[in-house]
Amino acid sequence: MSLISVTSLSRVFDVSKPWLNRVLERRPKALLTAVSEVDFEVAPRSTYALVGESGSGKSTIGRMLVGLLTPTSGEVEINGVNLATERDADKVDAIRSDIQMIFQDPFASLNPRWRVRDIIVEPVVARGGDATGLAEKLLEQVGLSALDAGKFPHEFSGGQRQRICIARALSSEPKLIVCDEPTSALDVSVQAQVLNLMSDLKDNFGLTYVLISHDLTVVQHMADRIGVLYLGRLVEEASPKDLFANTKHPYTKMLLEAAPRMDGFGREATLPEGEIPDPINPPTGCAFHPRCPLATDVCKAERPKMRTINATRVACHLAE
Amino acid sequence: MAELPVKAAEQSRLRVFLDSDVFYMFRKSPVAVVSTIVFATLVLAAVFAPLIAPTNPFDPASLNLMNGFTGPMAPNAFTGESFLLGTDDQGRDVFSTILYGMRVSLFVGVAAVLLAMVLGITLGLISGYVGGWTETIIMRTADVQLTFPSILVAMLIFGVAKGITPVEYRDQMAIWVLILAIGLSDWVQFARVVRGATMVEKRKEYVEAARLIGRTPYAIMLRHILPNVLSPVLVIATISLALAIIAEATLSFLGVGAPATQPSLGTLIRIGQGFLFSGEWWILLFPAVTLLTLALSVNLLGDWLRDALNPRLR
Amino acid sequence: MSDAVLSIRGLSVEIPSRSGTVKPVDGVSYDIRAGEILGVVGESGAGKSMAGNAVIGLLTPPAHIAAGEIWLNGTRIDTLKGEDMRRLRGKQIGMVFQDPLTSLNPLLSIGDQLTETMLTHLDITRSEARTRAIAALEEVGIPGAAERIDSYPHEFSGGMRQRVVIALALCAEPSLIIADEPTTALDVSVQAQIIALLKRLCRERGTAVMLITHDMGVIAEAADRVAVMYAGRLAELGDVRDVLTAPRHPYTFGLMASTPLASQGKARLHQIEGAMPRLNKVPEGCPFNPRCAYAQDKCRKAPSPQIADRAAACWFPMTAEKVS
Repeated sequence: MSLISVTSLSRVFDVSKPWLNRVLERRPKALLTAVSEVDFEVAPRSTYALVGESGSGKSTIGRMLVGLLTPTSGEVEINGVNLATERDADKVDAIRSDIQMIFQDPFASLNPRWRVRDIIVEPVVARGGDATGLAEKLLEQVGLSALDAGKFPHEFSGGQRQRICIARALSSEPKLIVCDEPTSALDVSVQAQVLNLMSDLKDNFGLTYVLISHDLTVVQHMADRIGVLYLGRLVEEASPKDLFANTKHPYTKMLLEAAPRMDGFGREATLPEGEIPDPINPPTGCAFHPRCPLATDVCKAERPKMRTINATRVACHLAE
Repeated sequence: MAELPVKAAEQSRLRVFLDSDVFYMFRKSPVAVVSTIVFATLVLAAVFAPLIAPTNPFDPASLNLMNGFTGPMAPNAFTGESFLLGTDDQGRDVFSTILYGMRVSLFVGVAAVLLAMVLGITLGLISGYVGGWTETIIMRTADVQLTFPSILVAMLIFGVAKGITPVEYRDQMAIWVLILAIGLSDWVQFARVVRGATMVEKRKEYVEAARLIGRTPYAIMLRHILPNVLSPVLVIATISLALAIIAEATLSFLGVGAPATQPSLGTLIRIGQGFLFSGEWWILLFPAVTLLTLALSVNLLGDWLRDALNPRLR
Repeated sequence: MSDAVLSIRGLSVEIPSRSGTVKPVDGVSYDIRAGEILGVVGESGAGKSMAGNAVIGLLTPPAHIAAGEIWLNGTRIDTLKGEDMRRLRGKQIGMVFQDPLTSLNPLLSIGDQLTETMLTHLDITRSEARTRAIAALEEVGIPGAAERIDSYPHEFSGGMRQRVVIALALCAEPSLIIADEPTTALDVSVQAQIIALLKRLCRERGTAVMLITHDMGVIAEAADRVAVMYAGRLAELGDVRDVLTAPRHPYTFGLMASTPLASQGKARLHQIEGAMPRLNKVPEGCPFNPRCAYAQDKCRKAPSPQIADRAAACWFPMTAEKVS
């Protein structure tokens, strides 16, 4: 039974100008489709990665998974409970303590006026739980010292703050942690420490991760399954091995080709064409067709459905 | 499981403040230190007025009309008493009246600013965090209020209050009405600044983390956002205090403020003004100088604070 | 030094502060030749941006150059002040910053910004400047340059803006470009386009480039030589292929090993214990010694050796035996 089940998930933002402006300037409403009909499942105790560039919708999906945003259509079920529609308050509460999130910016994700101890135990204390000694125990588990509990966030470096965020995420003993670009703001050597910590914790506590990132090398190392997003649509989903060795979707191929490689000395890469289109006016049919070297008429007219080829799921008319 | 190490003595918030960059800059700035000392001295003098003042000028029994119009430090022709800063027309020692007058001025000023702060911060937090129609209503009310000069708003409130209170209570109520009037005309700047700061903090990830675990908007506003928006409030509060003291003095000077039975510095200036051209200059000058010093010291402190707390200037 | 466009010798930058003097750049020396791209790599706090700021004279006080010399095309520039420095900037040195949003003046059209820069530094007429501006935009790959020259920065996407910034940096025909994290704020696909653009334009014009970044992949693909910085000092300097495939300084070795790509197939990434020291608490001797697996007594007491080209600032550089 999957821990997370996402069905036909969509999210639309109304970014229209204020009503008065629209009337005076005769503009139509502007609707931004950030996520469009995404389906995937995440097995318990695994790491599922969502990869994409800006405008791919990966962060929006992350926020819908944890309940910070409600879907416009479609469902997110975690352990069978749909946070957006569930009426039973106890069930909702139980699920909330099972889900946690780690954010990208280690400097904005900790309240600068709170002591580290209060930050870490907030998820437990806010529900009326007892948190004696919890902060100190968690600090040791994430590689910091119990003596750090009384300090303020500004006394720590970026990598250390991210560890504090991880400690906070662990305090309510969650089953699922959504990690939104957890190491993008960190240096390479600090990233290695934090990723290792995350792997160790996953093994020790039987956690499930949804890892959101734009860095393919990180995702290759950490994930059991990778989903590639483009303009809010899931275009390919495969295991790391298959994704890198047997790439099916042209966009994924383009991404892999463009990513700078450490053995690519003097490489003259095939450059990607064009830029990410406007999500308020997406291209017809397949969103990638204006930039795709293989595009045909079908691609312009019809949006491809997700197909399964061996163990890979791909949304492309021409993939095989 | 191994014993956890003993908790190190963590730094109290006071220690953190004393170690901070802001306090360091304070110690190094002569303007800040001097204006704080001056302000503190005046405040202490006002608080301990009953102990310091040689006489209680508002106790009719202690007054001697014959002492009236004595110059500063000059012995009175009739009674032989001398007064540090002279006496007014009723024989009240000017030095004592200034001390008691400062009490009223400071009390009204501080209370008015507190009222404006509480009202402004609350409305600012709510409009910034909740947004939507609530924000529109609050902010447009603020805009409308700003189109009226604050003194006129204060006079309006004062006039209305005066109209509805029975005559016997008017003098007693005057102070409270004054506080209400100045406070209500001042909340807008707090609300605006807090709203802006709230909108910035609202987007930060620590607020998202709090929403994630299911905290109520009330808890988030109070416990998470409020401590982080207080820094600009501090600056505005200090400068507001100076302005509130002057506003109160203006209203009292115009006769719609503190009454003569419980005068503030403004009332004293009004009284003194009547005697300026007949030669008894000291009845006007000393209260005026005191008011000036009080307002100036608070203003300079507020100015310094604004520069010290501005992250871009560091 | 004779054929180097930029030559830095023993540069040190100091910032006096409440908690002691901080040295974000300490005795750094390297050269950049015409048409060469030198990658300056390091983690945050290593001082790589400070060195670039020192060259172009944009150190914000109280930061100042405490020692060393900077030579540009045979002229000493670290002693220049005010007007002379201003003329130099833009004419001989162009800068590309990280954030294209704040690098461009939002109130001026890009055409105005380009022509203004050109008129300041080149002796041409206004109409000629405009023609050149359109040509510059076409060269950096802005579609429809002639129509878009009067657009404002906010009408362009991030990648397009960065292209405009590159055009701006190159329009006065400088001999050196300092690019400080030019692609960090951009998407992967746009990043590839910008890096390729920078490489092509600089090779064509023989412009020397100082490419400052923390992304090793970008360095591998774009740079000819690389300088690795650690805690304000130069740890290793050499040909990019040599340094990245066979690093000699234990820090560079650790850095390369801790990238996810290097640990393919393994459960854990190689990690360097500890963290880079804060610049006001740099350890005695070699700054890396507390974290170095091979540190010996000499490393803790004596300062690390000064390096010549193709060397590491290490008493006991990595050899093949140590690696295996």
